[in-house]
Amino acid sequence: MRTSLKWIKDLVPGIADVTPQEYLDAMTLSGSKGEYFVPMDKNLENIVIGRIEKIEKHPDADKLVVCQVNVGAEENIQIVTGAPNVFEGAVVPVVLVGGKVAGGHDGSTPPEDGIKIKKGKLRGVPSFGMMCSIEELGSSRDMYPDAPENGIYIFKNGDELTLGEDAVKVLGLDDAVIEYEITSNRVDCFSVLGLAREAAVTFNQPFCPPVVKATGNDEDVNDYISVEVRDSELCPRYTARVAKNIKIGPSPEWMQRRLAAQGIRPINNIVDITNYVMEEYGQPMHAYDLSTIDGHKIIVRRAEDDEPFVTLDGQERKLDSSMLVICDAEKPIGIAGIMGGENSMITDHVDTILFEAACFDGTNIRRSGKKLGMRTDAQSKFEKGLDPNNASAAIDRACQLVEELGCGEVVGGIVDVYGKVKEPHQIPFSAERINHLLGTDLSEEQMLGYFKALELEYNPETGMVVIPTFRQDLIGIADLAEEVARFYGYANIPSTLPSGEATSGRISFKHRVEDVAKETAEFCGFSEGMTFSFESPKVFDKLRLDKDDVLRQAITIANPQGEDYSIMRTTPLNGMLVSLARNFNRRNKDVKLYEMSKIYLPKALPLTEYADERVQFTLGFYGEGDFFTMKGVVEEFLERAGMHDIVTYDPAAGKNFLHPGRQANIIYNDQVIGYLGEVHPEVCDNYDIKTRVYIAVLDMPVITEMATFDRHFKGIAKHPAVNRDISMVVKKDILAGQIEEVIRKKGGHILESYHLFDIYEGSQIKEGYKSIAYSITFRANDRTLEEKDVSAAMDKILAGLEELGIELRK
Amino acid sequence: MIFHTGRTMKERLQKIKNDAIEQIKAAGGMDALNDIRVSFLGKKGELTAIMKSMRDVPPEERPAFGQMVNDARKEIEESLETMKKDLAAKARELQLKAEVIDVTLPAKKSNLGHRHPNSIALEEVERIFTGMGYEVVEGPEIEFDYYNFEALNIPADHPAKDEQDTFYITKDLLLRTQTSGTQVHTMETQPLPIRMIAPGRVFRADELDATHSPNFHQIEGLVIDKNITFADLKGTLAEFAKQLFGEDTKVKFRPHHFPFTEPSAEVDVTCFKCGGKGCRMCKGEGWIEILGCGMVHPHVLEMSGIDPEEYQGFAFGVGLERIAMLKYEIDDMHHLYENDIRFLKQF
Repeated sequence: MRTSLKWIKDLVPGIADVTPQEYLDAMTLSGSKGEYFVPMDKNLENIVIGRIEKIEKHPDADKLVVCQVNVGAEENIQIVTGAPNVFEGAVVPVVLVGGKVAGGHDGSTPPEDGIKIKKGKLRGVPSFGMMCSIEELGSSRDMYPDAPENGIYIFKNGDELTLGEDAVKVLGLDDAVIEYEITSNRVDCFSVLGLAREAAVTFNQPFCPPVVKATGNDEDVNDYISVEVRDSELCPRYTARVAKNIKIGPSPEWMQRRLAAQGIRPINNIVDITNYVMEEYGQPMHAYDLSTIDGHKIIVRRAEDDEPFVTLDGQERKLDSSMLVICDAEKPIGIAGIMGGENSMITDHVDTILFEAACFDGTNIRRSGKKLGMRTDAQSKFEKGLDPNNASAAIDRACQLVEELGCGEVVGGIVDVYGKVKEPHQIPFSAERINHLLGTDLSEEQMLGYFKALELEYNPETGMVVIPTFRQDLIGIADLAEEVARFYGYANIPSTLPSGEATSGRISFKHRVEDVAKETAEFCGFSEGMTFSFESPKVFDKLRLDKDDVLRQAITIANPQGEDYSIMRTTPLNGMLVSLARNFNRRNKDVKLYEMSKIYLPKALPLTEYADERVQFTLGFYGEGDFFTMKGVVEEFLERAGMHDIVTYDPAAGKNFLHPGRQANIIYNDQVIGYLGEVHPEVCDNYDIKTRVYIAVLDMPVITEMATFDRHFKGIAKHPAVNRDISMVVKKDILAGQIEEVIRKKGGHILESYHLFDIYEGSQIKEGYKSIAYSITFRANDRTLEEKDVSAAMDKILAGLEELGIELRK
Repeated sequence: MIFHTGRTMKERLQKIKNDAIEQIKAAGGMDALNDIRVSFLGKKGELTAIMKSMRDVPPEERPAFGQMVNDARKEIEESLETMKKDLAAKARELQLKAEVIDVTLPAKKSNLGHRHPNSIALEEVERIFTGMGYEVVEGPEIEFDYYNFEALNIPADHPAKDEQDTFYITKDLLLRTQTSGTQVHTMETQPLPIRMIAPGRVFRADELDATHSPNFHQIEGLVIDKNITFADLKGTLAEFAKQLFGEDTKVKFRPHHFPFTEPSAEVDVTCFKCGGKGCRMCKGEGWIEILGCGMVHPHVLEMSGIDPEEYQGFAFGVGLERIAMLKYEIDDMHHLYENDIRFLKQF
């Protein structure tokens, strides 16, 4: 929404001296957010009214003339110009030496600081200033249709102007356009009158709206037109009036200037009146040529499916039965609330016009506009849901303007099809409730003062505030509280901290476990990344997932931003690999990333209940390190999460996207808690990563169930430990994990720890075998171990190893 | 004879002592000192030898002579000890001199990883609010239309529903466009009073550009009790802004409209870069918009089963990316989701 500041000031005379910035700031703080303002007189300095008294040919240039210009001073000033349209007696805007204009006469983008006018010489003849075109004054012929296409702006009413007067003011450029961001609830503020009313209360000044008088001759409009509304849901009110003997011509300057400031191009008096009233009242209007309306009858009905219609922009549109059309006895003549038809639009030869001011269902207009791919000014007003009581006020105002501007004769009476009349509603008033909600201590009088200025009448007998229909946003006491707060000033409300029962701040256990995971990853050199929750269904092929892999059962977005963002991810791998690939392509070395993010698993498709949103702790890296680097990070994390039991690794993880010989499920307490491995080289190819990549994915919901931050001190061992080293030759396919399982199971309660200290394959070992050596530590808590304790334990371990077919190395 | 013997013995003793001390002073190292100890105090040493000649001394003079020998021994031992310490100190000094390093050589770092700026900003916010007694809660990202819209006073035909450009899964399920739905879950299930924040991921059909992303994060706040006022909302957010952006930060509340709060406000903070004077960051305004808030709409309370006659409260919602981008001066949203290590390492 935008308004001319001058127009607002004309409606609120008490703020005549307020600057655009002051206005913008004050309105913002009372709820009509001003986004910015554009001064129309930007860079216009020292520009006065002048009259060309004498024109002579330039001695040395064919295309230049030398003018003597009277600018109300004692002596005329000499100005050399190349403009073709000057004549003796022309009254023109003149920028004096030392003044400024906004831009050049070619209408190109004006320089930020304007153009300073200096005294100069043109082909040897001195020139003291410049006569201005409308473009040099920062405007355009769109806004000033009377300006010549190429030349100096010449005042039509030159005789009435005082020479030397401020030309900027005379042109109406002493204005600023205010751009507002009006919230959708304030339908009334999408009008100049609505904003002026807000301004009046904001600055505590009287509001002076135009007085609309009765109009019309003694004829009856019903003799000219009848109206039938067939769908009163979609059209709660339809008003029509008629004006005849129309004389199409330009509208008066004051109206053109106001429309220009609103950003609306003046066209002719009738079109300008409808636009003017739309801006002023926020009520879109339409003017039809009555002679084009068959049967002199208006029918408001739903369109038929596939009904074609040519709108006044010449486009043919296909309608359907959800849309409302305005028809005459034979045919549609307009799409309700969106655009009129070519077949009924007024031309310069119009004699009798029909004004329409109606109220349509906002949602329906919005949907119809969307379906048709149209968005007109009228539509954007209607779709907010207009006050039906505003329609008759607006149409009367339009008729008044027809009379005032002398562009026709208004026919008496109004056709008003108004089903259920919208009545003002009432809200019980309680100053105490409002103070309790705001934390203020304002008097009843103060509150009622704001209400009165806002035209919200208080009835002391019933204790009710009567809400006019143009304030459909006010429903309950909280809304009244906001009105009080807005005009008392949000800044004046005290600033306190909540009192009442104390609550303890906390984060959840899940949150803590996730924090530990993130910390551990960072200690291990991994940096946190974030990727989108949606991705392309193509990722499943890129990851080499089987056709029937359950991960392909993804939740699909019905209206995605393209296929690439169309499914909710079921695995965090794609995000990780894309991030690593991006780093790889940018030649970043040794990149380690982690992400703590959700996957979205449907319980059933199509989705009918909440999805299983599982947080995954995903780690990935390329560069320095290998499978066991990643395994180390996993174990560091599990230890920090209090998961001190044995973690085992099952190489039969069955992940197609991982290297078949370098992958494992991570198992804790017989439960798979995640997997890790080297990414399959084909998958790396698919992501354009030309190096080995390692990843680990941990399923946080499962881990959170097993994690604990309980810690118990077990004492520091008092008795000495005994170490035994064993070295063995085993078949290559025996896993270290199998050997360790034997050590654990057979070592008994005196087994303290073990670690692998050597592994070797090569020349001294027979083909298909490897040498592997462990150091095993025994200790008892209550005594010093004796040789026989350790030997017994070792014997059991060795026996167990023999069962695996392992021979000890002598 | 006695005198003679005594004198000569005494002279001998004196000489031994003087010799010893002289040698000690001239000793160049620990080994030399050790040799001196052996040659004077050892089993075959000179002082030991003189002790052995005690029998030549008349019995009545023996105690005095014994005392003299002991004194001499003590003196030699002390001298040895002093010299030993001196030598050790000198040796240490030499060692330290020899071990001088160039402290400006590069550090050996563990190459710790870095946290995402969104996370860092979120932790700041969580720290501030948990400190004020708020619980951090979560809600589902794939949400029912009811919780995302209807229960927040945004009925089916409300224009706000269009404004938010929602991604739909089915007619009833959607990707939540705001964390506000978590308010409703909390009000429905948690005992009163409530003080919570709900951070989380939200989605809107915006194209990814320098300031928008279809996938972003919000933090929702909600306080419900019997006497919570708009003044409390102001005080709480003023405190939040100070803790997050610095003690000198001021807040400005501007009236606004949200369907689920009334009265509603948008909050600006004084630009923490220029302190309010106006700079590039605040586009010359001196103020930066950071969040929306208001008193929970009575109808929203009612729909969640809370009696608006008895309870009232406030809610606020803040964009996490916005906070992170402002606070860490990140100029482009793309950075936050590209995960370029050169970006992440700066946090």
